[in-house]
Amino acid sequence: MSDWPLLSLTTFLPLVGVAFILFIRGESAIVAQNARAVALWTALATFALSLMIWANFDPAQGGYQLVEQAAWLEPLGIRYHMGVDGISLWLVLLSTLLTVVVIVGSWFSVTERVKEYMITFLIMDTLMVGTFCALDIVLFYVFFEGILIPMYLIIGIWGGPRRIYSAFKFFLYTLAGSVLFLVAIVVMAREAGTTSIPELTRHDFPVAMQTWLWLALFASFAVKVPMWPFHTWLPDAHVEAPTGGSVLLAGVLLKLGGYGFLRFSLPMLPEASAYFAPMVFALSVVAIVYTSLVALAQTDMKKLIAYSSVAHMGIVTIGCFTANALGLTGALVQMLSHGLVSAALFMVVGVVYDRIHSREIAAYGGLAERMPIYATIFMLFMLASVGLPGTSGFVGEILVIVGIFGITPESPAIPAAGSWVALFAATGMILGAAYMLWLYRRVIFGALEKSTLVGIKDLRPNEMLAFAPLLLLVLLMGVYPSLFTDPMAASIDRVLAEIGAVGPGRLALQLP
Amino acid sequence: MPASFDPVPLLPQLVLTVAALVLLVLGAVRERARAAGIVTPLAILALLVAAALAGVLDRTPQTLLGGHFRFDAMAAFLEVLVFSGVAASLLLGASYVEDERIDRFELPLLALFAALGMSLMVSAESLLGLYMALELQSLPLYVMAAFHRDQLRSTEAGLKYFVLGALASGMLLYGCSLIYGFTGTLSFAALGQSFGPESPAGVPTGAVVGLVFVIAGLAFKLAAVPFHMWTPDVYEGAPTSVTAFLAAAPKVAAVGLTLRLLMGPMADWAGQWQQVVALVALASMVLGALAGLVQTNIKRLMAYSGIANVGFALVGVAAGTREGVEAALVYTAIYLAMTLGAFGCILAMRRQGSYVERIDELAGLSTRQPLLALALAIFMFSLAGIPPLAGFFGKYFVFLAAVKAGLVWLAIVGVLASVVAAYYYLRIVKLAYFDPPAEPFDLPTAPGLRLVTALAAILVAGLVFLPGPLFDAAAGAAASLGPPAPTERVR
Repeated sequence: MSDWPLLSLTTFLPLVGVAFILFIRGESAIVAQNARAVALWTALATFALSLMIWANFDPAQGGYQLVEQAAWLEPLGIRYHMGVDGISLWLVLLSTLLTVVVIVGSWFSVTERVKEYMITFLIMDTLMVGTFCALDIVLFYVFFEGILIPMYLIIGIWGGPRRIYSAFKFFLYTLAGSVLFLVAIVVMAREAGTTSIPELTRHDFPVAMQTWLWLALFASFAVKVPMWPFHTWLPDAHVEAPTGGSVLLAGVLLKLGGYGFLRFSLPMLPEASAYFAPMVFALSVVAIVYTSLVALAQTDMKKLIAYSSVAHMGIVTIGCFTANALGLTGALVQMLSHGLVSAALFMVVGVVYDRIHSREIAAYGGLAERMPIYATIFMLFMLASVGLPGTSGFVGEILVIVGIFGITPESPAIPAAGSWVALFAATGMILGAAYMLWLYRRVIFGALEKSTLVGIKDLRPNEMLAFAPLLLLVLLMGVYPSLFTDPMAASIDRVLAEIGAVGPGRLALQLP
Repeated sequence: MPASFDPVPLLPQLVLTVAALVLLVLGAVRERARAAGIVTPLAILALLVAAALAGVLDRTPQTLLGGHFRFDAMAAFLEVLVFSGVAASLLLGASYVEDERIDRFELPLLALFAALGMSLMVSAESLLGLYMALELQSLPLYVMAAFHRDQLRSTEAGLKYFVLGALASGMLLYGCSLIYGFTGTLSFAALGQSFGPESPAGVPTGAVVGLVFVIAGLAFKLAAVPFHMWTPDVYEGAPTSVTAFLAAAPKVAAVGLTLRLLMGPMADWAGQWQQVVALVALASMVLGALAGLVQTNIKRLMAYSGIANVGFALVGVAAGTREGVEAALVYTAIYLAMTLGAFGCILAMRRQGSYVERIDELAGLSTRQPLLALALAIFMFSLAGIPPLAGFFGKYFVFLAAVKAGLVWLAIVGVLASVVAAYYYLRIVKLAYFDPPAEPFDLPTAPGLRLVTALAAILVAGLVFLPGPLFDAAAGAAASLGPPAPTERVR
């Protein structure tokens, strides 16, 4: 089995499902039902294949595994080159899992243009998995940028009242960042004479050039993450996107930025990364504190969670640029945790939105009376978002914070700066607890006063089914994190070695 | 004529000439009402035969017809594109000309003569060949633009095109005469060998002035800024089927001719023209992106889109390297497929028997005609340069060539312009997919239209799976262009 092209199968299997759905004809109700079924089975099969990747993955090796190579664009020296390491493995699994969850979760709530809905989500599945598996930078870009097309359609077709504005903002904002990344790719290809990611990583780019390349990459990834002040597209996109779109946006698309930092910026441009690390820390700290404060003031549930995403991703960017094993592991765990938790929280909002058609916090209150299961599930994910020990959120945050202190063991001046970063990051977490708990109290507790809420029904079985895997994983990651961190360890060591000359734990030497 | 005249490399052109003359007689002797019905399919057939011949003939480089034309892999590559592009646009327009009652047999005939001119343009090897081929192509186009002779808009477009085109031809001819006057030769090869920067004579100043005039004339034919003013009016005024024709093959031929002139034996002159072409490319990309934002007529929008696209192709030319030539060739090939497909969608915009051109008419297309909407979305995303569609690969390649030639600034402006232009392509997708449906378009669309549009959509969406052949063919074509150009020439 291991000599099968597992990664390509996983990547392109959803397209087979798309082909089947395209050929479904007949009455619209039957078409919708069949499209749902085909999409579900395809997504499940894809998820099963991604589990096979995990089964065939050797955690002891730090290099790329299950590597596939084929001729593709030979005249330009670009090859079809796929592979996974301990970093991308989890993100692949996250993508395939969330696709299944989205399809199950929107089984009844999406009733318009079901066929197209399922097609776009399956195409998303292909593009997301492809992005994480690609080992050629142009191939990566093709998948990475291709995601814009289905996401634009998802927001624009199934979104809320301001969907068109949000879809354009999302598309043009991310495109503007990405095209500079494209120029950087071209410059790197010219400089190194290759587009293969492992070879580019080995190439030493001149320091003067690294600065520009780093900034071009940063333009793309900072928009994707998103980092303050490039985050303004995110609240709009999240609020207007349908639940499924928000889930993938928060769950996977934001991870592309962090993944980009880990895969490109840090190992390929280590000197520039060291040079810019203080700026990244500063922006991340501002993001954490500022967006947490903004989140406190929100009256729209989706917007609140969107701002909390910016804050949580700030922890990720700090973790990435600590450039030590703890920080990187923490960043990666935080990405996975945020992928599960924010996806679940958007579904939590989606559940009540489907019933009442309002996202205003003020429209709710006292839901615990009518929706006890819902209240329980909401509570668990809310606590995971806050970072309660025993949930996945805690693991990522604690690792990153410890990582910050470990930035430079050899220089006594640095821990002071590190502790400032840690202090602000921790402040953000406290604020996070404040806005999440307050949100929970306003929505779930109190007396059920609103007349619109009287007849509200608790979770349907398909919704419970969609939440179940997320909940299990959040708790599993919380109590047994080494199941997830062990396969990462060797790859993270490799990335640290690639950062190389600058050295693990020394990136932040420039800190004041 | 030399005794050893070898007609074999000229077979595609001969097929077209004979076909055009025979069809002319055929059209003249048949009843007017039924003539077009037979001439159009036969013209398409002749073009496809010529394209096939151009594809299979042995293309060892040969200079023929008194040294004015050169037949090589480059000519073959571009001939295949031009002939299939002309055939496709005739097929696309067949139902339109019928509905608009302009289905006279002269239209396919003019297209054949224009195709002949284009095939000679892409083989031109001297200033004389360049001028003759260009005029042979241009004159039929003027008539075609005015083909809807009872309609004010169409005749105005034809007249405007003719007057401005004649002016451009004049500039071009004046430039040719200057070059000839200062060097005493018409042949590109002789110009390159005797008057290159490294030759003892050096590049005469008068010849450089002449070259600038020639480039200006070519920029007019390409619809590149600052010689683009005619484009939106002509695109809008000409019958839509003719607009589809104008937007597709002639652009390919003009890019081919530009490459012949600038990157053939005279490639060493790059220092004299590189800045000019780079600026023209830059201005075209920026203006095409900005001016397109405010258009409401889809044909005018396509005009500005065409201007921007020519700018991108010229980025490859401005690189002044063999890789730049390859990139420009790949870009034009992809542009041809995207444009024909997009016009296929535009030609399907017919409501209750009459054609509509406003962009808003596309509202809600996806609910009524999902396949047409899908094709339209594919072309728009591809024109915007979003991967994995073909347009992305064209853009990547031209920017790669530009960066390798040291023109990083041009690549940066280019990608930013493409973000701006993405807005108007997205707007079309938005109308088709996000807006409430307007009345549906008439069904069924003509089979020829559907065939070409579907084929173009498959090519544009499928290139990502098999890009090798196109890039290899372009590499072969670029290699045959002349003396191997050093990869990094002028900064």
